[in-house]
Amino acid sequence: MEKRFIYADNAATTQVSEEVLNAMLPYFRSEYGNASSIYKKGRDAQKAIEIAREKVAKAIGAQPNEIYFTSCGSESDNWAIKGVCDKLAAKGKKHIVTSVFEHHAILHTCEYMEKHGYEVTYVPIDSKGLVSPEDVKNAIREDTAIVSIMFANNEIGTIQPIEEIAAICREKGVIFHTDAVQAVGHVEIDVHKMGIDLLSLSGHKIHAQKGIGAIYIRKGLALPNYLHGGAQERNKRAGTENVPAIVGLGTAIEIACTDITKKAEITTAKRNRLIDGILQIPHTRLNGDRDKRLPGNLNISIEGIEGESLLLMLDMNGICASSGSACTSGSLDPSHVLLALGLKHEVAHGSLRLSIEDDIPDEDVDYILEVVPKVVERLRAMSPLWERIVKGEAIGN
Amino acid sequence: MLYSEKVLDHFSNPRNVGEIENADGIGEVGNAKCGDIMKMYIKVDNGIITDVKFKTFGCGAAVATSSMATELIKGKSIDDALKLTNKAVVEALDGLPAVKLHCSVLAEQAIKSALSDYYTRQGIDPLPIVGEIGECEHCH
Repeated sequence: MEKRFIYADNAATTQVSEEVLNAMLPYFRSEYGNASSIYKKGRDAQKAIEIAREKVAKAIGAQPNEIYFTSCGSESDNWAIKGVCDKLAAKGKKHIVTSVFEHHAILHTCEYMEKHGYEVTYVPIDSKGLVSPEDVKNAIREDTAIVSIMFANNEIGTIQPIEEIAAICREKGVIFHTDAVQAVGHVEIDVHKMGIDLLSLSGHKIHAQKGIGAIYIRKGLALPNYLHGGAQERNKRAGTENVPAIVGLGTAIEIACTDITKKAEITTAKRNRLIDGILQIPHTRLNGDRDKRLPGNLNISIEGIEGESLLLMLDMNGICASSGSACTSGSLDPSHVLLALGLKHEVAHGSLRLSIEDDIPDEDVDYILEVVPKVVERLRAMSPLWERIVKGEAIGN
Repeated sequence: MLYSEKVLDHFSNPRNVGEIENADGIGEVGNAKCGDIMKMYIKVDNGIITDVKFKTFGCGAAVATSSMATELIKGKSIDDALKLTNKAVVEALDGLPAVKLHCSVLAEQAIKSALSDYYTRQGIDPLPIVGEIGECEHCH
């Protein structure tokens, strides 16, 4: 078997596409103007920003004046939570509803708010990785300022019942935010139709560069500034605009949302082939609902082995993958998402996340399906835990 | 997470993997919950560790430290093996990331645990010779 190089970690980041790079390039050298300047070079930069804003708005069913560019998805999340809390503090609304399996950009922001006198209710997920709208409904109180539930989970890819949750929030008069960093460009989103008040998105997950994000703020919902300074972004977000990155995001989101359904179908078929193939390995389980998940995501627990070893060995075979969230790799505890699913620690330690896109060649899918079982076999052969599982002394989930 | 070339080498080509039939001592440390289990088998002849094998469930550093530890005690006297510290294992691997240092502690404990079992099988109280085998701090 000839060694290949396969990047199967698109949920971590993506390669800047050629189209995106080409769209960006003029704004580094020839079109370097400051968008706030009065002369033509400045106005041209401003025009480029507004075109990008229109593209972002169109991609998620918003109006251009509802889009603000930020430096990343995390900034958008911080702005949403802290901004709404700040806005409603005077009304005594000091309660936040979120879920246990949010990205750390939300969870750690909520923990920060807890230190500042806020109460947070973390609604659970079920064994399929889904938040129940009923749980959200029951968690909302008189003093709830904001509900923040992610559109799709970054580790297990499950897509949440966003429209239902948004409807509950609307009915209860609570602002609803969704972290859609993983979902934008992969599933259809219409913020107005879905009743979303605030939405975070990021560029580098959809082939734009790192360091660019955006937030959708529903018209009429005036959020206090998060970053203070100049008058950029209609006086809402200070800091000289990163024109090339903004242009790149506009191009990237337009491409990602073109033929989104068709691409999703292709990706899903390839993804399902990977799921079915890997699940042939004994003592494995798919984490998260099989159907209500991002087209390119699969997350499988493989008993008797540890995730990092698996990733290192896949890397030696040219496959870039992830075990849970990349953000978790600095810590030794298994992923909070997998534990929230109800997995035992030892099973959560041995999880594999692959995130593919529609253009992955069939040969690459074949190669992954050839390599993964071999690597698992090798690691299990040296695992005392596997020995016990085989003897029936240790049971997984 | 930056691993040294030596760590990667010992991870991808671990030395002394396996089991020893009729081992003179078997030690096991760590637990599945923490994500590391090391099991070490030794063969002893006239106070010399003539053979050593290991099986490890764990991260890259856990496999590499197990492998290096077995290399460092193979053919050595029990006395020398008892003197092996986790620090020596780390040094032999050209260092480990700080969050992975506990793996080297496990490797040291795995050796002590196997030697302890060896003495117990000989009808000798291992405690005065091997000493207490501490629990991994990271796990508790």
